Amino acid sequence: MSEMSKIVRTIAAIVFPFIMIYGLYVIAHGHLTPGGGFQGGAIVASACALLLVAYGSMWTMRRIGEKRLSVFESIGAFFFIALALLGLFFGAVFFNNFLAGSSFLFGDIPMVGSNTGDMNTGGVLPLMNFAVGIKVVAGLFVIILVMAYASNHMEKKRGEKQG
Amino acid sequence: MTSIEYIIDHSPALIIAIPLLGAFLTPLVSRLGSRIRNVFVIIVAMLTAFLVFLLASDVFSDGIRTYIFGSQDLTTPVVRILFEVDGISIFMAIISVLLSLLAAIYSWSFMKKYDGLDKYYTLLLLMTAGMLGMELTGDMFNFFVFLEITSISSCALIAFWTHKGEAVEAGFKYIVVSAVGALFVLFAVALLYGQYNALNIATLANTIQYSFLDKIAFVLLITALGMKAGLVPMHMWLPDSYSQAPSSVTLILVGATQASLYGVFRMCFTLYGGVFADGILSSMTVGWFIVVLALVTILIGVTMAIIQTDFKRLIAYAAVAELGYMFLGIGVGLTAMGTSYGKTALDGGVFHILNDALDVGLLFLVAGSIYYATKERDLDRMGGLARNMRYTSMFFIIGLLAVAGMPPMNGFASKLLIYESTYQLSPILSIIAILSSILLLAVFVKVFHSVFMGPELPRFRDVQEVPRSMLLAMGIIALIIIVIGLIPGIVVENIVQPAANSLVNHLDYISHVISIGGV
Repeated sequence: MSEMSKIVRTIAAIVFPFIMIYGLYVIAHGHLTPGGGFQGGAIVASACALLLVAYGSMWTMRRIGEKRLSVFESIGAFFFIALALLGLFFGAVFFNNFLAGSSFLFGDIPMVGSNTGDMNTGGVLPLMNFAVGIKVVAGLFVIILVMAYASNHMEKKRGEKQG
Repeated sequence: MTSIEYIIDHSPALIIAIPLLGAFLTPLVSRLGSRIRNVFVIIVAMLTAFLVFLLASDVFSDGIRTYIFGSQDLTTPVVRILFEVDGISIFMAIISVLLSLLAAIYSWSFMKKYDGLDKYYTLLLLMTAGMLGMELTGDMFNFFVFLEITSISSCALIAFWTHKGEAVEAGFKYIVVSAVGALFVLFAVALLYGQYNALNIATLANTIQYSFLDKIAFVLLITALGMKAGLVPMHMWLPDSYSQAPSSVTLILVGATQASLYGVFRMCFTLYGGVFADGILSSMTVGWFIVVLALVTILIGVTMAIIQTDFKRLIAYAAVAELGYMFLGIGVGLTAMGTSYGKTALDGGVFHILNDALDVGLLFLVAGSIYYATKERDLDRMGGLARNMRYTSMFFIIGLLAVAGMPPMNGFASKLLIYESTYQLSPILSIIAILSSILLLAVFVKVFHSVFMGPELPRFRDVQEVPRSMLLAMGIIALIIIVIGLIPGIVVENIVQPAANSLVNHLDYISHVISIGGV
């Protein structure tokens, strides 16, 4: 995919932070509102895809290599399993929510009745949402990136043949 | 509580968690070097195998073990994920974990020359986790999730050699079949959940009414799982994917196919075990249906194997025939539910799962070794290889005798149990089964002759014996085949019969969940 016109690039650059913030919001509020790691991750990845379309795959590939993304993907999955295993060590069973009600990170007991929502609840759930978010962003984006890069490569080959 | 008890207590979760953790760490570890990565994968597989054997010794001595995820105890209605490990679960888990450990060892040399191996090993461990999850879980939806994990990772592994068009085609075929099958399973799970408001297999089995919707769900489950297990007429994906995948992958694919077969066992005997006795869709009609399909599977598998010239495709058709024997065991067990020969058939069917995994797996590994050494898959172009590949040809003889069910090998023991019991149902069934087995021997003797015997071909003068890691993997399987063949009685008594008993006594499975407050 090659670079698009200056108008598109400018608009993409303006819209990008808003989509990014919205995606990160969906990830961070996963335990309070509809959505979560996967949904928010998909939104963030779509923001990255916007940049890819506007600025071209060569530009994006130079800034974020696919190797780095696949490392991030592994790290996300690793955190998820590691949190589940921590449940085994701190609590009693695998996947135990050992942070809930612990007055530590995300340790508050949620209020009963209608309220504005307390971010500091949920125990390990928000952390697991973050892990899934990292994995989904990296995973989806690396797929789009590699496909765009490969199609770019094919186009160039075809051009060489015709030329 | 001693530490060993602690580990056994948590082993159902750890058996899934360790391969998953290993899978996601593999891309990171492979940055340190390929040798370290290979050692890491083998250690992960060994650790999983160790836990499975530890759990097996506990389950075989103390009975069913459950594990509740995320909490100490169950709440009603059962919304927690529950793993329930009984005899048949752990029996299947032993097979799966053995196959994946051997595949990891075999891959060391076999896959050395290819790149993208960090993905290969990640998928290999994911597939292991998926299979083990299918076998240990006590929850219908969980079963579906692990089924999907297994299918997606095995699809990617089948198409691993993407530079060959056929491999991609085989992978595509496999993913279409798996996606259709998985949707069937999901639909059946939804039908059950809609009626009984539960997903736990034991809870469902306790309350199931065998209404019209349940019958639809049953047919969908058996069709989908039969398709994934390669039952004729839904076997068309199996020869393609078995023959196009790298041999080490084919070895695990045999395990994945059998995990689907385990699903058929679980649904027939546990989920619908109590309500099957009468009605239009009684155990008798379902049993006969499976028996007929099994015989067709055996016949088609054997006759198609005769005419193949591609080495791995031929073995794949033989594997289809072998699957027919296991389905024959299930079918006769269902038809004659409650009689002693029905139980013998079930023993034979369950025992044959283990034997088939070893025999067919060994043959696939031999085919892979031949391919590694000669880059040749066409039987017409091979010959005289026994001169240079002494050990490989020896392993092939062991594998061929075992697959054909010749007396000193393990295949004989399980096939004899199946013949014995099918004879009591109807003599013609066992006659067809025995004749097909003899045909299978003919097929493989032909293969042995055309590959290993004959004059030395000038093209193959410099062919070397395969590297040590591949010989080690084949040697371990050959050793297990011979040991089981020599002491089949001990194996049947200690491993196979507890597994078959846990299928027949489905009330134990239910009452165990009741006792921890799950119904």
